[in-house]
Amino acid sequence: MEQESKFGRRDFIRVAATAAAAGAAWAAAHPSSGTTVWQLDPAKCLQCGRCSTTCVLNPSAVKCVHSFEICGYCDLCGGYLQPGAKARDSGAENELCPVGALKRTFVEEPFYQYTIDEELCVGCGKCVKGCAVFGNGSLYLQVKHDVCVGCNECSIARNCPANAFQRVPVRNSYLLKTRENGGKGHK
Amino acid sequence: MKLKLLAAVFLLLGLWTVQAATEFRFPMPEFESGYKHPAMSIPPASKTSPWVDLGLLAGALALSAWSVLRLRSRRYVFLIALVSLAYFGFYRKGCVCAVGSMQNILSAFFDPGYAVPLIVSAFFLIPLLFALYFGRVFCAAVCPLGAIQEMFAIFPVQLSSAVEAVLGLFAYAYLGLSVLAVYMGAGFLICRYDPFVGFFRQGASFNMFLAGGVLLLAGVFIARPYCRFLCPYGVLLRWASRFSKWHATITPAECIQCRLCETSCPYGAIVVPTPEDRPVDQRTGARRMGRLFLAAPFIIVIAAGAGYLSHEPLARLHPTVWLAERVAGEEQGRYEEKTIDGDAFRAGKRAATELYAEAHALKERFKYASACFGAFMGLVLCGKLIRLSIVRSNKDYVVDRGACLSCARCFAYCPVEKSHAAK
Ligand code: SF4
Ligand code: SF4
Ligand code: SF4
Ligand code: SF4
Repeated sequence: MEQESKFGRRDFIRVAATAAAAGAAWAAAHPSSGTTVWQLDPAKCLQCGRCSTTCVLNPSAVKCVHSFEICGYCDLCGGYLQPGAKARDSGAENELCPVGALKRTFVEEPFYQYTIDEELCVGCGKCVKGCAVFGNGSLYLQVKHDVCVGCNECSIARNCPANAFQRVPVRNSYLLKTRENGGKGHK
Repeated sequence: MKLKLLAAVFLLLGLWTVQAATEFRFPMPEFESGYKHPAMSIPPASKTSPWVDLGLLAGALALSAWSVLRLRSRRYVFLIALVSLAYFGFYRKGCVCAVGSMQNILSAFFDPGYAVPLIVSAFFLIPLLFALYFGRVFCAAVCPLGAIQEMFAIFPVQLSSAVEAVLGLFAYAYLGLSVLAVYMGAGFLICRYDPFVGFFRQGASFNMFLAGGVLLLAGVFIARPYCRFLCPYGVLLRWASRFSKWHATITPAECIQCRLCETSCPYGAIVVPTPEDRPVDQRTGARRMGRLFLAAPFIIVIAAGAGYLSHEPLARLHPTVWLAERVAGEEQGRYEEKTIDGDAFRAGKRAATELYAEAHALKERFKYASACFGAFMGLVLCGKLIRLSIVRSNKDYVVDRGACLSCARCFAYCPVEKSHAAK
C-alpha cells in the first residue's frame, strides 16, 4: 500500500483538507465579533404569550421586568388589576397575573410600587399588555440572562410572530425602556 | 465639570419632556417621602468564559486520542466520555456544540453580515482536524450527544451491512437538508431537532422528549443510532477520518485471524477479511465500476429531478413561506381559527401582496436549491455504490476508518493485545 511511500495520495488529501477546513473556519469567523446573546425588543413585542410556552426551558427564560423610572405608580394599575376588578387589592380574583408574581406595595398617597417576583413569573405577558394598553408601558418582557441557556437558535425567536428577537452583544444584553429613549426600548 | 453635568441634565430633561408628552400616559410622580425606586433586576449573561470551553474541548480531544491510540484503554475513553457528558452536556446544557456550529459557519458563507465568533469557528474546526490526524476521537469521548448514547449502548446487536448502508443514507439527507435550510434562511434544523438537548436542560417539548427517549431506548440494542444514521457533523467527521494519519487499530500488532473481534463492534465498523475460498475477481469489480460511472450522471439527474419536485413541502420549512400560506388560507377562510401569526401580520403595516410576492420569490429559489439537494443525494448514492463495488482484498480484520467511532471496545477482544501488554 502507498502508506509506506514518502508523501502519498492520502497525505496530500489530508493536508489539502486541513488547509480547506482551517481556511473555511477562518473565513467564516469575524474575529472582532464577540459573543452575542438573544434579546427581545419590547417595542416590537405583541405580548402573544408564546414567550412563556415556546422557550426550551420551563418556566421560560423570558420574564417581566419593570422600568421603575417610567412607571406612573398608579393606584389603578392596568398591569396589576383585572379590567373589571371590584377592589384594588391583592385578592386573587382582582389580579391579572395568573401566578401572582406582581406585588403591590404602598409608597405614599396615592402611589403604589409594583415589583415582579421572578421566581414566580412565567413570562406570559398579561401584565405587559395591561400596562401597555392602560399605562406607561413600564412593564415589559426581557430574556433574563441568568436563566437563558443561550440556544444557538432561540426557540422563541423562531416562533415569535412579531420578529421581536435579535442577537445583542453580551456586554449590553438588555433592551431597556428608559426615560431617555422615551420608553421605546431602543438604545 | 459641574456646569457641564448640569447642562447635560437639562438637555436630557428637555428632551424627555418633549417625548414624555407623547409617550407616557401618566406623569412620573415626584415623591415627597423621599422614596427611591429599587434597581431593575437585569443580571448579566454568560458565566463561563468561551476560552474555558475551548480549552476543555482541546484537552478532552487530546486525552481521547491518547487513550485510544496510545493507552488503548476503553476504560479511559469511557471516563472521558462521562466527563464530557457532564460538562458539555449537563453543565453547558448542550449549547456549545460542534455539531450545531456547522450551521453558523455555513450562515457566514451564505450571508456575509452574519457574525460568527472565533470560538464557534474553533468548535467547528478542531474536532475535524483531530479526525484528520487521529480518527473520530471526538465521537469516541468528547461529543455529549455521542456520550449520552454510549451510556445506553448496553446490549448492542449487529445490523446487516445492507441495512446499515441504507440507514446511513439518512445522515447524508439530514446534512443536505440542514445545508438547504441554512442557505434559504429557514433556520437551524440541527438545533431544532436535536433529540438529546431536552435531557441536558431537563426541559423540552413532549415531542422532543419522545424523540430523544425513543432514540436512547433503541440505542440499547442498536448502539448510537443518532451518530450512525442521523448526525450531519458525523458525515464530515467520517470523511475526514478516512484520511486520518493515525487511527485506532483492532490489534496492537499482527492480526492472527482468530476471528475473536468479529462480533465486538456495535457500529458495524469492522471489515472482515476477504474469504479465501471466494477469490475476488478484480475484473468483475472493474466492469461493475465502469457501468456505475456510466450510470452515475443519470442517477444524479433523476435525484435532482426528485428534489425539484419536492420543493413545495421543503419551502414550508421557511417561516415566510409558511406565514404567506397561512395568511392566504385565513383570508380564504380555509382555517377555522386564526393564528397569532396571522393576526400579528394583519396588525402590521405590510400589505399581504408584498408577503405573497416575497414567498413566491423564495419558492422559486427553493426549486433550484431543492434540485441541488436532490443532486447531492444522487451523488452520495453513486459514491456509496462505487465504494461497494471496489474490490479490496484484505487478509486481516481491520476497521473501516469512516464508520469507526474509536470507542476502543474491540481492543479487549484481541488476544494479541494481552500478550502485547504482558511484554
Ligand atoms: S413571542 Fe414575541 S410577540 Fe410574543 S410575547 Fe414573546 S416577544 Fe412578544
Ligand atoms: S402577568 Fe405574566 S409576565 Fe406579568 S408578572 Fe405575571 S407571569 Fe410575569
Ligand atoms: S435562547 Fe433558549 S433559553 Fe434563551 S430564551 Fe431563547 S429558547 Fe429560551
Ligand atoms: S456522530 Fe455526531 S452526534 Fe455522534 S458522537 Fe460524532 S459528532 Fe457526536
